[in-house]
Amino acid sequence: MKELLKDLNKAFENKIRLGIMSALVVNDHMDFNSLKKLLDVTDGNLASHLKSLEKSHYIAFKKEFLGRKPNTKYYATDEGKEAFIKHIKAIEQLIK
Amino acid sequence: MSKQEKYLEDLKEIKEIMHRSSRFISLSGISGVMAGIFALIGAWLAYETVYTGQNYLGYRKALLLPESILTLLAIAFSVLVLSVAGGVFFTTRKARKNNQALWDAQSKRLVINLLIPLATGGILCLMLLVKGYIGFIAPFTLIFYGLALVNASKYTLHEIRSLGLIEIFLGLLATYFIGYGLLFWALGFGLFHIIYGIVMHVKYGS
Repeated sequence: MKELLKDLNKAFENKIRLGIMSALVVNDHMDFNSLKKLLDVTDGNLASHLKSLEKSHYIAFKKEFLGRKPNTKYYATDEGKEAFIKHIKAIEQLIK
Repeated sequence: MSKQEKYLEDLKEIKEIMHRSSRFISLSGISGVMAGIFALIGAWLAYETVYTGQNYLGYRKALLLPESILTLLAIAFSVLVLSVAGGVFFTTRKARKNNQALWDAQSKRLVINLLIPLATGGILCLMLLVKGYIGFIAPFTLIFYGLALVNASKYTLHEIRSLGLIEIFLGLLATYFIGYGLLFWALGFGLFHIIYGIVMHVKYGS
Protein backbone atom coordinates (compact mmCIF):
# COMPACT_ATOMS: atom_id res chain seq x y z
CA MET A 1 0.00 0.00 0.00
CA LYS A 2 2.82 2.37 0.87
CA GLU A 3 4.41 1.58 -2.49
CA LEU A 4 1.23 2.61 -4.26
CA LEU A 5 0.81 5.85 -2.41
CA LYS A 6 4.34 6.79 -3.34
CA ASP A 7 3.34 6.73 -7.01
CA LEU A 8 0.39 9.04 -6.47
CA ASN A 9 1.60 12.41 -7.57
CA LYS A 10 0.78 15.52 -5.57
CA ALA A 11 1.10 17.58 -8.74
CA PHE A 12 -1.99 15.84 -10.17
CA GLU A 13 -4.19 16.01 -7.10
CA ASN A 14 -5.81 19.17 -8.39
CA LYS A 15 -8.69 18.77 -10.89
CA ILE A 16 -7.46 21.41 -13.30
CA ARG A 17 -3.90 20.12 -13.39
CA LEU A 18 -5.30 16.63 -13.93
CA GLY A 19 -7.36 18.01 -16.82
CA ILE A 20 -4.40 19.79 -18.41
CA MET A 21 -2.30 16.62 -18.30
CA SER A 22 -5.14 14.44 -19.66
CA ALA A 23 -5.52 16.74 -22.65
CA LEU A 24 -1.79 17.06 -23.30
CA VAL A 25 -1.01 13.34 -23.26
CA VAL A 26 -3.51 12.60 -26.05
CA ASN A 27 -2.82 15.75 -28.11
CA ASP A 28 0.59 16.66 -29.51
CA HIS A 29 0.06 20.20 -28.30
CA MET A 30 -2.72 22.60 -27.38
CA ASP A 31 -2.85 26.37 -27.15
CA PHE A 32 -3.97 28.42 -24.17
CA ASN A 33 -7.44 29.22 -25.49
CA SER A 34 -8.33 25.65 -26.45
CA LEU A 35 -7.28 24.49 -22.98
CA LYS A 36 -9.31 27.26 -21.41
CA LYS A 37 -12.41 26.30 -23.39
CA LEU A 38 -11.91 22.58 -22.79
CA LEU A 39 -11.56 22.88 -19.02
CA ASP A 40 -13.92 25.83 -18.62
CA VAL A 41 -11.65 27.87 -16.33
CA THR A 42 -10.60 31.51 -16.07
CA ASP A 43 -7.38 32.89 -17.60
CA GLY A 44 -5.69 33.44 -14.25
CA ASN A 45 -6.63 30.07 -12.86
CA LEU A 46 -5.37 28.20 -15.92
CA ALA A 47 -2.17 30.25 -16.10
CA SER A 48 -1.24 29.51 -12.50
CA HIS A 49 -1.78 25.78 -12.89
CA LEU A 50 0.17 25.75 -16.16
CA LYS A 51 2.99 27.52 -14.39
CA SER A 52 3.10 25.00 -11.56
CA LEU A 53 3.19 22.04 -13.99
CA GLU A 54 5.91 23.82 -15.89
CA LYS A 55 7.92 24.23 -12.71
CA SER A 56 7.79 20.45 -12.16
CA HIS A 57 9.04 20.06 -15.78
CA TYR A 58 5.89 18.11 -16.69
CA ILE A 59 4.90 20.46 -19.45
CA ALA A 60 6.71 22.95 -21.65
CA PHE A 61 5.63 25.55 -24.17
CA LYS A 62 6.64 27.00 -27.50
CA LYS A 63 5.81 30.53 -28.52
CA GLU A 64 4.86 31.01 -32.14
CA PHE A 65 3.33 33.70 -34.27
CA LEU A 66 0.15 33.08 -36.24
CA GLY A 67 0.44 36.01 -38.61
CA ARG A 68 0.87 38.77 -36.09
CA LYS A 69 -0.82 37.12 -33.13
CA PRO A 70 1.38 35.39 -30.60
CA ASN A 71 0.28 31.83 -29.95
CA THR A 72 1.57 29.68 -27.11
CA LYS A 73 1.55 25.95 -27.65
CA TYR A 74 1.75 23.77 -24.58
CA TYR A 75 2.89 20.18 -24.71
CA ALA A 76 3.66 17.42 -22.20
CA THR A 77 7.32 16.53 -21.70
CA ASP A 78 8.44 12.90 -21.65
CA GLU A 79 8.95 13.27 -17.91
CA GLY A 80 5.39 14.59 -17.56
CA LYS A 81 3.87 11.76 -19.59
CA GLU A 82 5.71 9.18 -17.57
CA ALA A 83 4.67 10.72 -14.25
CA PHE A 84 1.05 10.97 -15.39
CA ILE A 85 0.88 7.34 -16.51
CA LYS A 86 2.39 6.28 -13.18
CA HIS A 87 -0.23 8.34 -11.38
CA ILE A 88 -3.10 6.75 -13.32
CA LYS A 89 -1.73 3.26 -12.71
CA ALA A 90 -1.55 3.99 -9.00
CA ILE A 91 -5.17 5.17 -8.99
CA GLU A 92 -6.24 2.05 -10.85
CA GLN A 93 -4.52 -0.13 -8.25
CA LEU A 94 -6.15 1.78 -5.42
CA ILE A 95 -9.71 1.34 -6.64
CA LYS A 96 -9.32 -2.32 -7.48
CA MET B 1 -16.86 11.27 -0.39
CA SER B 2 -14.41 8.49 0.34
CA LYS B 3 -10.94 8.56 -1.12
CA GLN B 4 -11.79 5.72 -3.44
CA GLU B 5 -14.80 7.55 -4.83
CA LYS B 6 -12.67 10.61 -5.42
CA TYR B 7 -10.18 8.60 -7.45
CA LEU B 8 -12.94 6.93 -9.40
CA GLU B 9 -14.27 10.38 -10.20
CA ASP B 10 -10.77 11.46 -11.26
CA LEU B 11 -10.45 8.54 -13.65
CA LYS B 12 -13.83 9.31 -15.19
CA GLU B 13 -12.83 12.89 -15.69
CA ILE B 14 -9.47 11.97 -17.24
CA LYS B 15 -11.24 9.71 -19.72
CA GLU B 16 -13.85 12.31 -20.55
CA ILE B 17 -11.29 15.07 -21.17
CA MET B 18 -9.12 12.81 -23.31
CA HIS B 19 -12.16 11.91 -25.38
CA ARG B 20 -13.46 15.45 -25.72
CA SER B 21 -10.07 16.96 -26.51
CA SER B 22 -9.02 14.47 -29.17
CA ARG B 23 -12.21 13.51 -30.99
CA PHE B 24 -14.84 15.49 -32.79
CA ILE B 25 -17.99 14.33 -31.00
CA SER B 26 -20.59 16.66 -32.50
CA LEU B 27 -21.26 14.58 -35.59
CA SER B 28 -25.02 14.64 -36.08
CA GLY B 29 -27.06 11.48 -36.57
CA ILE B 30 -29.83 13.36 -38.38
CA SER B 31 -27.42 14.42 -41.09
CA GLY B 32 -26.62 10.74 -41.69
CA VAL B 33 -30.32 9.95 -42.09
CA MET B 34 -30.73 12.86 -44.50
CA ALA B 35 -27.70 11.84 -46.56
CA GLY B 36 -29.20 8.34 -46.75
CA ILE B 37 -32.54 9.65 -47.99
CA PHE B 38 -30.88 11.86 -50.62
CA ALA B 39 -28.80 8.88 -51.75
CA LEU B 40 -31.90 6.68 -52.13
CA ILE B 41 -33.69 9.37 -54.16
CA GLY B 42 -30.55 9.80 -56.26
CA ALA B 43 -30.25 6.05 -56.84
CA TRP B 44 -33.89 5.87 -57.89
CA LEU B 45 -33.48 8.78 -60.33
CA ALA B 46 -30.32 7.16 -61.70
CA TYR B 47 -32.17 3.87 -62.15
CA GLU B 48 -34.93 5.66 -64.07
CA THR B 49 -32.34 7.36 -66.26
CA VAL B 50 -30.42 4.20 -67.09
CA TYR B 51 -33.31 1.79 -67.57
CA THR B 52 -35.67 4.29 -69.11
CA GLY B 53 -38.59 3.24 -71.31
CA GLN B 54 -37.87 -0.49 -71.38
CA ASN B 55 -40.05 -3.50 -71.10
CA TYR B 56 -40.19 -4.37 -67.41
CA LEU B 57 -40.82 -8.07 -68.02
CA GLY B 58 -37.99 -9.04 -70.30
CA TYR B 59 -34.24 -8.68 -69.94
CA ARG B 60 -33.21 -5.09 -69.55
CA LYS B 61 -30.12 -3.42 -70.75
CA ALA B 62 -28.40 -0.55 -69.04
CA LEU B 63 -28.43 2.16 -71.66
CA LEU B 64 -25.78 4.79 -71.34
CA LEU B 65 -26.23 7.56 -73.83
CA PRO B 66 -23.99 10.62 -73.63
CA GLU B 67 -26.88 12.74 -72.39
CA SER B 68 -27.77 10.26 -69.67
CA ILE B 69 -24.18 10.36 -68.42
CA LEU B 70 -24.62 14.09 -67.97
CA THR B 71 -27.90 13.47 -66.12
CA LEU B 72 -26.17 10.89 -63.89
CA LEU B 73 -23.35 13.29 -63.11
CA ALA B 74 -25.90 15.99 -62.24
CA ILE B 75 -27.74 13.55 -59.93
CA ALA B 76 -24.51 12.46 -58.23
CA PHE B 77 -23.39 16.04 -57.79
CA SER B 78 -26.76 17.13 -56.33
CA VAL B 79 -26.76 14.21 -53.86
CA LEU B 80 -23.25 15.14 -52.77
CA VAL B 81 -23.99 18.86 -52.33
CA LEU B 82 -27.28 18.26 -50.49
CA SER B 83 -25.72 15.66 -48.16
CA VAL B 84 -22.72 17.83 -47.30
CA ALA B 85 -24.95 20.89 -46.76
CA GLY B 86 -27.26 18.87 -44.49
CA GLY B 87 -24.26 17.49 -42.63
CA VAL B 88 -22.75 20.91 -42.03
CA PHE B 89 -26.09 22.39 -40.96
CA PHE B 90 -27.00 19.73 -38.38
CA THR B 91 -23.44 19.31 -37.13
CA THR B 92 -23.13 23.06 -36.56
CA ARG B 93 -26.31 22.96 -34.52
CA LYS B 94 -25.07 20.04 -32.45
CA ALA B 95 -21.61 21.57 -31.95
CA ARG B 96 -23.25 24.73 -30.62
CA LYS B 97 -25.24 22.62 -28.16
CA ASN B 98 -22.12 20.66 -27.10
CA ASN B 99 -20.26 23.92 -26.68
CA GLN B 100 -17.69 22.66 -29.16
CA ALA B 101 -16.36 24.83 -31.97
CA LEU B 102 -17.28 23.58 -35.46
CA TRP B 103 -13.90 24.39 -36.98
CA ASP B 104 -11.24 23.54 -34.41
CA ALA B 105 -8.18 21.32 -34.27
CA GLN B 106 -10.34 18.18 -33.90
CA SER B 107 -12.68 18.82 -36.83
CA LYS B 108 -9.78 19.92 -39.03
CA ARG B 109 -7.96 16.67 -38.32
CA LEU B 110 -11.17 14.76 -39.02
CA VAL B 111 -11.78 16.45 -42.38
CA ILE B 112 -8.16 16.09 -43.57
CA ASN B 113 -8.05 12.39 -42.71
CA LEU B 114 -11.43 11.85 -44.34
CA LEU B 115 -10.39 13.66 -47.50
CA ILE B 116 -7.15 11.80 -48.24
CA PRO B 117 -8.78 8.49 -49.27
CA LEU B 118 -11.98 10.22 -50.42
CA ALA B 119 -10.28 12.62 -52.84
CA THR B 120 -8.09 9.80 -54.14
CA GLY B 121 -11.23 7.77 -54.87
CA GLY B 122 -13.01 10.75 -56.41
CA ILE B 123 -10.15 11.48 -58.81
CA LEU B 124 -9.80 7.80 -59.69
CA CYS B 125 -13.54 7.57 -60.48
CA LEU B 126 -13.37 10.66 -62.70
CA MET B 127 -10.53 8.99 -64.61
CA LEU B 128 -12.55 5.78 -64.96
CA LEU B 129 -15.46 7.84 -66.26
CA VAL B 130 -13.27 9.55 -68.86
CA LYS B 131 -11.83 6.19 -69.97
CA GLY B 132 -15.30 4.69 -70.17
CA TYR B 133 -15.09 2.12 -67.36
CA ILE B 134 -18.42 3.18 -65.97
CA GLY B 135 -19.24 -0.09 -64.25
CA PHE B 136 -16.42 0.38 -61.74
CA ILE B 137 -17.54 3.78 -60.54
CA ALA B 138 -20.31 2.73 -58.12
CA PRO B 139 -18.23 -0.03 -56.47
CA PHE B 140 -15.14 2.15 -56.20
CA THR B 141 -16.98 5.09 -54.64
CA LEU B 142 -18.19 2.65 -51.96
CA ILE B 143 -14.72 1.23 -51.33
CA PHE B 144 -12.98 4.58 -51.08
CA TYR B 145 -15.76 6.08 -48.96
CA GLY B 146 -15.39 3.12 -46.60
CA LEU B 147 -11.61 3.56 -46.42
CA ALA B 148 -12.12 7.26 -45.70
CA LEU B 149 -14.51 6.48 -42.84
CA VAL B 150 -12.18 3.90 -41.29
CA ASN B 151 -9.31 6.37 -41.51
CA ALA B 152 -11.35 9.24 -40.01
CA SER B 153 -12.92 7.15 -37.26
CA LYS B 154 -9.88 7.67 -35.03
CA TYR B 155 -10.84 11.31 -34.74
CA THR B 156 -14.57 11.09 -34.12
CA LEU B 157 -17.28 8.77 -32.74
CA HIS B 158 -15.88 5.26 -32.97
CA GLU B 159 -19.03 3.75 -34.57
CA ILE B 160 -17.92 5.34 -37.84
CA ARG B 161 -15.29 2.62 -38.14
CA SER B 162 -17.77 -0.24 -38.49
CA LEU B 163 -19.82 1.77 -40.99
CA GLY B 164 -16.62 2.16 -43.01
CA LEU B 165 -15.94 -1.58 -42.93
CA ILE B 166 -19.49 -2.27 -44.15
CA GLU B 167 -19.05 0.17 -47.06
CA ILE B 168 -15.74 -1.49 -48.05
CA PHE B 169 -17.39 -4.92 -47.97
CA LEU B 170 -20.34 -3.73 -50.09
CA GLY B 171 -17.90 -2.11 -52.52
CA LEU B 172 -16.00 -5.36 -52.97
CA LEU B 173 -19.24 -7.29 -53.52
CA ALA B 174 -20.33 -4.67 -56.03
CA THR B 175 -17.05 -5.02 -57.91
CA TYR B 176 -17.62 -8.77 -58.24
CA PHE B 177 -21.34 -8.53 -59.11
CA ILE B 178 -20.61 -5.68 -61.40
CA GLY B 179 -24.05 -5.27 -63.00
CA TYR B 180 -25.64 -4.51 -59.65
CA GLY B 181 -23.56 -1.46 -58.77
CA LEU B 182 -26.55 0.79 -58.32
CA LEU B 183 -28.23 -1.64 -55.95
CA PHE B 184 -25.15 -1.92 -53.70
CA TRP B 185 -24.71 1.82 -53.93
CA ALA B 186 -28.27 2.35 -52.68
CA LEU B 187 -27.63 -0.11 -49.84
CA GLY B 188 -24.32 1.46 -48.78
CA PHE B 189 -25.01 5.14 -49.18
CA GLY B 190 -28.76 4.97 -48.58
CA LEU B 191 -29.85 2.24 -46.21
CA PHE B 192 -26.74 2.05 -43.99
CA HIS B 193 -26.50 5.83 -43.64
CA ILE B 194 -30.09 5.85 -42.41
CA ILE B 195 -29.52 2.95 -39.98
CA TYR B 196 -26.31 4.43 -38.57
CA GLY B 197 -27.84 7.91 -38.45
CA ILE B 198 -30.73 6.63 -36.32
CA VAL B 199 -28.40 4.67 -34.01
CA MET B 200 -26.13 7.69 -33.50
CA HIS B 201 -29.09 9.95 -32.93
CA VAL B 202 -30.52 7.65 -30.27
CA LYS B 203 -27.13 7.11 -28.64
CA TYR B 204 -25.73 10.64 -28.69
CA GLY B 205 -28.77 12.91 -29.16
CA SER B 206 -29.16 15.72 -31.67
